[in-house]
Amino acid sequence: MTSMLRHRLFWPAAVLVVLLASNLVFSNNFFTITLQDGHLYGSLIDILRRSAPLVLVALGMTLVIATGGIDLSVGSVMAISGALACLLIGDLSNPDAVGPVLLVVGAAIALCLVFGLWNGFLVAVLGIQPIIATLILMVAGRGVAQLITDGQILNVHSAPYRVIGAGYFLAVPVSFLIAAAAVGLTVALTRRTALGLLLESVGGSPTASRLAGIRSRRITIMVYVFAAAFAGVAGLIYSSDVSSADSNAAGNLIELNAILAVVLGGTALTGGRFSIAGSVLGAVIITTLDITAVSVGVPVETTLLFKAVVVIILCLAQSATFRAKVFGRFGTKRAEVPA
Amino acid sequence: MAEQLKMTGIKKIFPGVVALDDVDFRLLPGEIHALMGENGAGKSTLIKVLTGVYDIDGGEIELAGERVRFTGPLQAQQAGISTVYQEVNLCPNLSVAENIFIGREPRKFGRIQWSETRKRAQASLARLDLDIDVTAQLDSYSLAIQQMVAIARATDVGTTKVLILDEPTSSLDASEVEQLFTIMRRLKADGVAILFVSHFLDQVYEIADRMTVLRNGRLIGEYRTDELPQMQLVSKMIGKELEALEQIEEHAKDTTAVERGTPIVEARELGRDGAIAPFSLTIHAGEVVGLAGLLGSGRTELARLLFGADRPDRGELLIDGKPHTVKAPRDAMAEGIAFSSENRRTEGIIGELTVRENMILAMQAARGWTRPIPRRKQDELVEQYIKALQIRPADPERLVRDLSGGNQQKVLLARWLITEPRLLIIDEPTRGIDVGAKAEIQRLVAQLADGGMAVLFVSAELEEVLRLSHKIEVLRDRRLVEELENGADVDADRIMQTIASGATT
Ligand SMILES: Nc1ncnc2c1ncn2[C@@H]1O[C@H](COP(=O)(O)OP(=O)(O)OP(=O)(O)O)[C@@H](O)[C@H]1O
Ligand SMILES: [Mg+2]
Repeated sequence: MTSMLRHRLFWPAAVLVVLLASNLVFSNNFFTITLQDGHLYGSLIDILRRSAPLVLVALGMTLVIATGGIDLSVGSVMAISGALACLLIGDLSNPDAVGPVLLVVGAAIALCLVFGLWNGFLVAVLGIQPIIATLILMVAGRGVAQLITDGQILNVHSAPYRVIGAGYFLAVPVSFLIAAAAVGLTVALTRRTALGLLLESVGGSPTASRLAGIRSRRITIMVYVFAAAFAGVAGLIYSSDVSSADSNAAGNLIELNAILAVVLGGTALTGGRFSIAGSVLGAVIITTLDITAVSVGVPVETTLLFKAVVVIILCLAQSATFRAKVFGRFGTKRAEVPA
Repeated sequence: MAEQLKMTGIKKIFPGVVALDDVDFRLLPGEIHALMGENGAGKSTLIKVLTGVYDIDGGEIELAGERVRFTGPLQAQQAGISTVYQEVNLCPNLSVAENIFIGREPRKFGRIQWSETRKRAQASLARLDLDIDVTAQLDSYSLAIQQMVAIARATDVGTTKVLILDEPTSSLDASEVEQLFTIMRRLKADGVAILFVSHFLDQVYEIADRMTVLRNGRLIGEYRTDELPQMQLVSKMIGKELEALEQIEEHAKDTTAVERGTPIVEARELGRDGAIAPFSLTIHAGEVVGLAGLLGSGRTELARLLFGADRPDRGELLIDGKPHTVKAPRDAMAEGIAFSSENRRTEGIIGELTVRENMILAMQAARGWTRPIPRRKQDELVEQYIKALQIRPADPERLVRDLSGGNQQKVLLARWLITEPRLLIIDEPTRGIDVGAKAEIQRLVAQLADGGMAVLFVSAELEEVLRLSHKIEVLRDRRLVEELENGADVDADRIMQTIASGATT
C-alpha cells in the first residue's frame, strides 16, 4: 500500500479518478459509450479527443524540460502551422484531393521544424536562457501567423483536412490516434535508445555531462525541434477541428497548460528525470478539468478558479513536506543539503 | 566534565538502509573529537541528523544539557553549531566574500556594508593564510580553495560552541592542513567542541583527543586517541584484521622503469593563459605519471588541457606521435583518453541518476544515443565494477546522490574504467575514500598500468604519488618546474625541496 502511495503517478491518477467520478454524479450517463454511424460517442471519448493537442504539446515540453529548458513558443508554433496549412489549402484547386492536402500538411510541419531549429540554436549555440530564447518566438510567432492569414480568420472547406481533427478511423477519433502514435514514438525514441538517459544527464548536470563526453548541444537542439514539430501537429489538429485558422485563438495559453501537465506528471522544472506517462496523465487531467467544469455547471466566470483549486490540491498532495505535516511522516528528507 | 553535546540512541532509516542504529555520541567542550568509519558507515548522516538536515527516526540530542531538535542547518547554526558539510555547499555564483557572510552580513541601518564585508572576509581568510581576491566569484577558484572558504565561513562565527568539519581536508595540501589545525587548536583552547571527520589517519592522530568509531551504522566504541594504536583503529573500522592493507605496502615502489616507445600523449609547449604556463610532457603506455605540487600549482589545469576540458591556446598535442586538436572531451575520448574530475559533485556524478546509469554514461556517450548498450551488458559491467571497487550498498538501481561520499567517488571511477581507456587521467581519485578502499584503488591503478594502461595521477597526497608513479612532474605557480624519475633517491623531502626552491629544468 505505501509503495503504491509513493508511486510517482499515484496522486495524479487519483485526482483523475475523482474528477471522472464526480462527473457521474451530475450526469449519470457520463461513462456510457455508444456507437453511432460507426463512430464512438460519449464523454470519455470526448475527453480523449479533446486531450490530443495538449498531449502532443506536453510531450515535446517534457523533453525540453528534462534538459532543464522550457519552451514558451509552442502556442505560437501551433498558430503558425494552422495558418500556413489553411492558407495553402485555400489556394488548392481541388481541396478535397488527398495528395495535395498531405503535401500541405508536410509543408506546415516542415516550417515548424525550422522554428524548432531556431529555438535550439538560440539556446544551445548562442547560450541564451531558454525562457528568453523561446519568448522571442512566442511573441513574434503570433505575428508571423497573423501575417500569413492577413489578420483574418481563414476558413477552409477540405474533407481530407477535416479528418485530422474531427475524423474517425475504425470508429476511433483520428486526433486520438495521432496523439497515441506520438506518445508511442516518443517512448520508443527515448526509452528504446539511449536518448532518454542522455537527456536526463544533460538536465541533471550540464557540466558533468560535457565531461562525460555527451554532445549536449546537439541533444538540446533536438528537443526543441521535437517540441516544435509536435506543436505543429497539434496546431493542425486544432485548426482542422474548427476548419479554420485563427491566429489569436490557436494554442492560446497552451504553453502554460503544457508546463502544468508536465509538472503534474512529476517531472521537475529543474530538469533531469522525466516521465512521459506522467505528462500524458497530466494533460488528460487538465482537459478533464475543463470538461468537468462545464458538466458540473461551474459558472463560466469561475471556471479558471475551479481549475486552480484542483491543481493546488494535486500539488499539495504531491508535496512530501505537506503530506508529512498533515498525515504524519511519509518522507524523510527535509532540507536539501547534498550528501 | 559536562558534555557540550550528547546524542543518545540515534536512529536513522532511509528506504532500504538503516544508516544509523542506536548510536550514542558525545562531545566535550574544548576537545577535538574524530568520527571514524569506512565509507558509508554513517558519519555524514550523524552530522546531518544533528544539524537538522534530516529528521531523526529515534533518539535524543542534548546541547549543553538542553534537549534540542533542529529543523534545519540555519537553526542549528543559530544555536551555536557551525558546520562544514562534506560536499562544499556554498553558492558558486556569488563572490567569496558574500559566501563567507551570507545570512549574517555586517549591516548598518539595515543596509549591507559591502566594504566592511570584504574587509572582514579578507581577514578571516588571512587567518587561514589565504590571500585571494574576495570579490571574485567562488567557482572561479579550485575546489581546495572553495573548501578553505567553507572553513573560513564556519570558523569565523564568534558564537560557535560546536564546530563540525566533515572531511574538510580531503583536497587540501599539507600546509593548508597545518593552517586549519592551528585554527582548530586555537578554538579548542577557547573551549569550542570540535567534531572532525577524515580518512587520513595521520591527521586524526595528530589532532584528535578522542574518537568515536562507527561501522555499518552502529556504534563500535569511543576511545582516547593515545590509547588506540592505528592498526587497532583500522580493524575496528573495517571489522576484520588487516591483511589486505599490508599487501599493498609490499607492492610499494615497484616502479621499475617502463619501456618507452612512442608516447600515447605528448604535449609540446602546451599552455593556456591564466591556467598553466606552456609545458612539455610525455606519457607512455604502461606508465604512471604523477603530478605533484601545492594547492593552486596548476595540477588540475594541466590535466584538463590534455582531456580537452579546457582548450589550450598555445602549443601542440600529439597523440601516438601525430598532432591532434582536442577541442572537447569527446575528441579526447575518441582517442582513448579518460578524465575523472576532482570535483565529483559538480563535474562528476549526476545525482538523480542511478548507480548503473552513472557508470555507463561515458561509454554510452561515446557510442552515441542511437546505439544503447544492451541492458544485460550494462548489468554485467556494473556488477563487475561494484564488486571490484566494493561499492556499498551494492545496488545498481539506487540513486547516486543517496550514496555516501566515498562511494560516489568509486562510481565515478568506475564510469571511466568501464570505457577501458588507453590513458586514464585521475584527479584526486582517492578523495574521501576510506583506508581500505584507498589501498584497493591504488592497487588497481598499479595493476592497470601493468596491463599497459597509461595513467596520469593527480593527488594532493605526496605519499600516494610517490608510491604509484614511474615519473613525477613537479608543478609550482602554474608552471611545470621539474620532471623526476621515481626511484630510491626520490622521496617526499626531495619533492618538497623542488617545490620550495622552484628549480627549473
Ligand atoms: N539521502 C539518502 N537516502 C538513502 N540512503 C542514504 C542517504 N544518505 C545516506 N544514505 C546511506 O546511508 C549510509 C551512510 O551514509 P553516510 O553518507 O553517512 O556515510 P559516511 O560515513 O559519511 O561515508 P563517507 O566516508 O563515504 O563519506 C550509506 O549506506 C548511504 O548509502
Ligand atoms: Mg561522509
